[in-house]
Amino acid sequence: MKISIQVNEGPYQHQASDTAYQFAKAAIEKGHEIFRVFFYHDGVNNASRFTLPPQDDRNVINQWAELGIKNADGEPELVVCIAAALRRGMLDESEASKNDINGNNLHPAFRISGLGQLIEAGIKSDRLVVFGD
Amino acid sequence: MLHIVNKSSFERNSLKSCLNTIDDTSVMLLIEDGVISAAKNTNAPMIADLAVQGRVYALQGDVEARGISSKLADNIKLVGYAGFVDLVVEHGTAVSWV
Repeated sequence: MKISIQVNEGPYQHQASDTAYQFAKAAIEKGHEIFRVFFYHDGVNNASRFTLPPQDDRNVINQWAELGIKNADGEPELVVCIAAALRRGMLDESEASKNDINGNNLHPAFRISGLGQLIEAGIKSDRLVVFGD
Repeated sequence: MLHIVNKSSFERNSLKSCLNTIDDTSVMLLIEDGVISAAKNTNAPMIADLAVQGRVYALQGDVEARGISSKLADNIKLVGYAGFVDLVVEHGTAVSWV
């Protein structure tokens, strides 16, 4: 079955991202396809490649990246909402240079795109499960 | 439908809102702080009827993390993350009362 996930909260502050990750992992292990994970609102903070938790703690960002959720073209299907990302200082290379900002922090396992991607996930998936606060 | 509740009924009204909406064929899954509603406490009667019908599930990891395994209310079914996935697959649309 095709399943998509929406994550509305950032890592370490709320349990939402951890629950969503465990759910995605279990779904993949059961042979389901995770069509897309859409990170919305504070959920965009799950995509920062600068995150450095203590050694004895889980790295939520790397955990998501290690799931390797990609489409047939090899593009990441861990999708970060562009409006939510830009206002929180979450930038990829293209957005940084477009806005004349030195540096970018989006983890390469994620990509920035628009809200249409969430709608498309809802249409093309059999299920959409929302995790938030 | 699958109704997912992730907040304690002592903190938010989401459990009450869900109970006002849920139909006879739908089931409820308690996750995160929502599992507090699976404990024997003053709010336990809220879900007792639904639980008797075998329609209330709680995420085992979250139940254990909050130390309520030994005071679980009657007829609550425990599931792991794999069971969570099965509920999503079996019950169609999943509604998160966030």
